[in-house]
Amino acid sequence: MSGASQSLEIGRVSPARRPFRFGTPRGSERAWIGAFLIPYGAVFVAFLAYPVAFGLWMGSSPALYGHLARDPKFLPTVVNTLVYVGIGVNVTMFGALLLSGYFLDKSRWIKALLVLFMLPWALPAIPAFVSWHWMLISHHGLVNSLLDQVFDIEGPIWFNEYWLALGANIVATIWKWMPFWTLIFLAGRMAIPQDIYDAADVDGAVGISRFAYVTFPLLGNLYLICTLLSTLWLIGDFTTVNFVSNGAPARMTEVLATYGTHLAFQSGDPPLGAAAMLSLLPLMIPLAILLIRKIRADELQL
Amino acid sequence: MKRLGKIALGVGLVVWTIMPIYNMILVALDDDAAEYSGHLWPSEMNFESFRVIWTQDYWYLEHFWHQFGNSCFMGFMTMVLTVAIGSLASFGLGRMRLRHGWVLGHVALLTYALPASFLAIPFVHIMHRYGLSDSLWSVIASQTMFATPYAILIFQQYGRLIPLELDDAARVDGASPGQMYWRIYLPLMAPALVAVGTYALLLAWNEYLYQFLLLSSPQSMTVAVALDQFFDSDEAPWNYMMATAIVYSLPPVATYYALRRYMVAGLTMGGVKG
Repeated sequence: MSGASQSLEIGRVSPARRPFRFGTPRGSERAWIGAFLIPYGAVFVAFLAYPVAFGLWMGSSPALYGHLARDPKFLPTVVNTLVYVGIGVNVTMFGALLLSGYFLDKSRWIKALLVLFMLPWALPAIPAFVSWHWMLISHHGLVNSLLDQVFDIEGPIWFNEYWLALGANIVATIWKWMPFWTLIFLAGRMAIPQDIYDAADVDGAVGISRFAYVTFPLLGNLYLICTLLSTLWLIGDFTTVNFVSNGAPARMTEVLATYGTHLAFQSGDPPLGAAAMLSLLPLMIPLAILLIRKIRADELQL
Repeated sequence: MKRLGKIALGVGLVVWTIMPIYNMILVALDDDAAEYSGHLWPSEMNFESFRVIWTQDYWYLEHFWHQFGNSCFMGFMTMVLTVAIGSLASFGLGRMRLRHGWVLGHVALLTYALPASFLAIPFVHIMHRYGLSDSLWSVIASQTMFATPYAILIFQQYGRLIPLELDDAARVDGASPGQMYWRIYLPLMAPALVAVGTYALLLAWNEYLYQFLLLSSPQSMTVAVALDQFFDSDEAPWNYMMATAIVYSLPPVATYYALRRYMVAGLTMGGVKG
């Protein structure tokens, strides 16, 4: 890059010659743009495009998918992924949308509560999920101890039951990510001009009807974009399942991210692992296209 | 009545938020993790596990401070590179009136559509080819690559608040694009730079899979990978592990709370200007 900018210094002729407010750049500016974009271009090609192409090539053999289809663990894993992402994303987003209304309150203690509420987001994922695992494990975990000592109920062995273990993964994910989206929606609500609400007031839209006919339509696009983004992120999420349930019971709650990684690095079959990950591509490509179109259409970005 | 409901919800949120964090502290303060007995309160304040971390007095924790340094280095480099590369690219795309510049922005956005775990498998192979296996730089490269599209997006959005006339005025005064970037763009973008930098730091600190797959020797390991080693052993002392987890959590939490104002302003400015 330094070489590029050096030659640009030489190429720079008297700047006054260039009329300002020109439509498109030319001459030395063109070279400058190249210099500005080179670092990202290099990162993109070396660490994204090349690995992606390599991954597609790894998973390109149709035989791999036959192999996957015959694996009795594959289909349940796909179902787990869909349940985990489907419930996780929607509860997170809808909860965040409702909570953002709660945090709109101006009172001092609710503001202080928001600061505390953001803590899971700032906390690194591994310690948080290790703690979730530890909270639920055995009869002596914090949750079962609470149930036992406060409510006198004998808690279940969480990671022995399929639904409880899957539920634990989902709840941990919601705990970690709801604060971030709440903050985004809170900002979205704060950007809605007050006069719109004043007008709605005159028309008698209060409470739920105000939410349904004023707030939600105005936040609709933001809500959709955030939902798409968090869906794409959660499909690739390895850490939660790896640390909270770790596939328990008996690898029944694995999602494609953990399943593919295990195939690639523990069973030593990277192409099969890549194929497992690629099997969700038909779902992800439409989501990605929709996301990009939405972002472009609104100039409303995240 | 309405007020009562708000207070009830508030109390619920506090319990919900605090519980796993309280659990970390509870386990870390337990004196004998082997016989974990389900106390709701720590029976005595036992800071033994923190002393063990401080003095690296246990074989899983032999290199703890070195690994902590590795984590810091990785987080810091990811932050610097993301901000530098992202701001250069968004200046080039957004301020220079590049025709078809948006195409590049969209290509960057496509990174979002890639699940990190899918890319991990080929990424590890490619890093071997580059001769970067077991190197912190491979992790830094992966995190920078994931954080930069978001950085470009936020910078582009935030950059719209800076009038293009400023650039024109600078041009008339004979400033080169490089000077415009350095003297005008960067200073005015400061809040967004801080926000994105913090975001990149938190992203790198949160990440586990790439560090786990790419770093294998105790010398290059980060705390995230070292933490996972506790799971390899049946008799691992859980109180040490939780204490390690707490120490590991402190830098991002402190950073977040120190820079909270910038962060919220930067992220949401870029985020929701309709």
